[in-house]
Amino acid sequence: MGDIILTMKDIDKSFPGVHALDHVDLEIRKGEVLALMGENGAGKSTLMKVLTGIYKKDSGVITYEGKEVEFKNTREAQDAGIIIVHQELNMLGHLSVAQNLFIGREFKKGIRIDDKKMNEEAKKLFDRLNVDIDPAETMSNLTVGKQQMCEIAKAVSFDAKVIIFDEPSAALTESEIEEMFKIIRDLKKRDIAMVYISHRMDEIKVITDRVTVMRDGTYVGTLITKESTKEDIINMMVGRVIYEDPKTQSAVAKDAPVVLKVDHLKAGKMVQDVSFELRKGEILGFSGLMGAGRTETARALFGADPKESGDIYVNGKKVVINSPQDAVNCGIGYLSEDRKRYGIVVQKTVAENTTMASLKDFMKGIFIDKKKEKEVADKYVKALATKTPDVDQLVVNLSGGNQQKVVIAKWLTRDCDILIFDEPTRGIDVGAKNEIYKLMNRLVAEGKSIIMISSEMTEILRMSDRVVVMCEGKKTGELDISEAKQENIMNLATREIE
Amino acid sequence: MVNKKAFGRLKGREAMVFGIIVAMVILFSILSPTFRTYPTLVSVLDNSYYITLMVLGVTFPLITGGVDLSIGTGLVSYALIGGYLIVQKGMPVGVGILACVGMGILIGILNGVLVAVMDLPPFLATLCTCMITRGLGPALCGGFGVSWPSSLSEAGKFRNIFKFISGGGTVVPIGIVLMLVLVLIMSFVLEHTRVGRYTIAIGSNKEATKLAGVNVKFYHILAYVISGLFAGLAGVAYAATYATIYPGSGAGFELDAIGGAIVGGVSASGGVGTIVGAFLGVIVICLMKVGLPFIGLQANWQQIFTGIVLIAAVLIDVVKKKK
Repeated sequence: MGDIILTMKDIDKSFPGVHALDHVDLEIRKGEVLALMGENGAGKSTLMKVLTGIYKKDSGVITYEGKEVEFKNTREAQDAGIIIVHQELNMLGHLSVAQNLFIGREFKKGIRIDDKKMNEEAKKLFDRLNVDIDPAETMSNLTVGKQQMCEIAKAVSFDAKVIIFDEPSAALTESEIEEMFKIIRDLKKRDIAMVYISHRMDEIKVITDRVTVMRDGTYVGTLITKESTKEDIINMMVGRVIYEDPKTQSAVAKDAPVVLKVDHLKAGKMVQDVSFELRKGEILGFSGLMGAGRTETARALFGADPKESGDIYVNGKKVVINSPQDAVNCGIGYLSEDRKRYGIVVQKTVAENTTMASLKDFMKGIFIDKKKEKEVADKYVKALATKTPDVDQLVVNLSGGNQQKVVIAKWLTRDCDILIFDEPTRGIDVGAKNEIYKLMNRLVAEGKSIIMISSEMTEILRMSDRVVVMCEGKKTGELDISEAKQENIMNLATREIE
Repeated sequence: MVNKKAFGRLKGREAMVFGIIVAMVILFSILSPTFRTYPTLVSVLDNSYYITLMVLGVTFPLITGGVDLSIGTGLVSYALIGGYLIVQKGMPVGVGILACVGMGILIGILNGVLVAVMDLPPFLATLCTCMITRGLGPALCGGFGVSWPSSLSEAGKFRNIFKFISGGGTVVPIGIVLMLVLVLIMSFVLEHTRVGRYTIAIGSNKEATKLAGVNVKFYHILAYVISGLFAGLAGVAYAATYATIYPGSGAGFELDAIGGAIVGGVSASGGVGTIVGAFLGVIVICLMKVGLPFIGLQANWQQIFTGIVLIAAVLIDVVKKKK
């Protein structure tokens, strides 16, 4: 193993309300691949953003090549040789490969851009990396895998000494990943240090030398990859934190009627043959890591995205759902993870949002029955304890938790018996969270059924009666809450897929 | 061209538009004997100069994913101001031309700052400057129409740059040569210089371009300045072609240029387009403007047909994208 090229010591970073990084340490050596692992929200990306100058650290010291550094932006980090290969690719689809590689530092002949020389230089670079890409090809014509190679080639062309891969394999096929590993091995030989952020345990085992684990914004520890097992790493990731009052057993009777049955649902790469049942009065938790395909499953089920195949049964009857309208007519309501985009109309009042999905029932001839609208909205404001001065208040003035309640009121007004909560408490403070939990429990007690997608382990263990675990578009397991533990959920969520 | 592959898709589009031009000429010639005469050719070209100049400029904001609606009322306004300086203030024609072009550049800078620095949506920003320029010319020049010196006078010689009248009275439309030279120059700028490269890059992915360390604001403003500069030149061409410039006119001129660019394959969502394509698209628009009356269709029909052709052009892009 080579010399240390970069250390981060005692790095601290807070955002309003969140202590994102709590005195974190990190050390990278020349010619090694260091895996950076942790659950969603553990602080991996934040740490890398602090390193490359996207975020400013509150305290701590970064030492690079023996000198203390603090980069003001990605450009400065780039010039020093520290480069991030982002998960979402920063490419210009309309330009050629070579034009992308050299954007901002074109070769010129007088005032003319020397595209010929750029193509030649790109070709040389690709030859060195053993990649077969035509530099004159338009970027958007390349597969995602090839585009990823271009990003890596670009990093190398900057004379990178440290390359950070942020979930580089998320969109790649097996053979593309293999190709990328070849390049990574080659870069190792040239003493380039690499940080590899990924959730895929099998890749970590194959390509990395050491694993640094983070949890809840803190540094947990570092292992030598060869000497540790998958279980060691997972134990470090979940830790021994005691979560508050997890449910110990299901509150739903074994013979409760099945209200929703999804059979072999397929919709692209993110939803591959997903089947499950939802019982009356049940909260069915959907757990998994970022990009496991949970939201995509919900959207396909709800008719928001097209599905390739699969059957859906509501109350035992087969139904056809091709649009959200169909789903709503079947009594399914969807509370999006992105409230502002899909859930509410912020510049409208509480009352208007409440009746949005069921306006037909509030018509008096061609006019909207404002009085009735107000009554119903009032009813739900009281029932859900929504904090608003009155129902004529614009939703934009409400807090996140209360906005969420307005969305719930909207679907209750529509008489939806099946509610899909996608990250119901994201961006909501702790007090309001508890209220949403209480509300969900009351809804199922009243005979509604809930599908709850959540990336928070605490939430899954506290709310669910049963847990479905997904990984890379596939359902990898289903656990009754009595047997669900963070370790076995994590195991299923990172299950290697053949 | 070096980037044969990168721009390969567009070559097909240009060939297609060229085919349409040929087809239209043949169709009009068959249907109307008077169409296939020399004076008509001159008339088509005369009507195309100021639109061609507009399109050479407005293609840049279009490729950044924006638009410039101020060029139509702008060019009339600039021509009014230039003419006012010459006729009312007795200044040399050169000063009038410089004022015309200078005003265009100024409004271009204003547009660019509004869009690139103040983050106004291009449609809105240039709609406002469209209104401003509509009133600006008449306000500064007392609200009267202006005629630039006639080509018979010494001062009106500048008109000959577009139309050379030989001793025998034959009109030689040499303006087309000038246009072709400008098309080549701007084509070079768009495809082989940084200005053009970054214009396309901004339209393709502004954020990524910024991350690459490009001074995005500067090049974004520059796109609007180029548009303004050519609106100024279009003002000069307009003053050279038409006898009198009427205050308050010019609204809708920009649509001929923008429509032409889109017919020629410039994408309204940015990143895609060539100068040659945009130029050919403008020729299609001009042919319809001049040609349809020859086959007995009133001017109103020209508007309707232009609209239909535009829908067809945009549909081709949409269908292509879906594939």
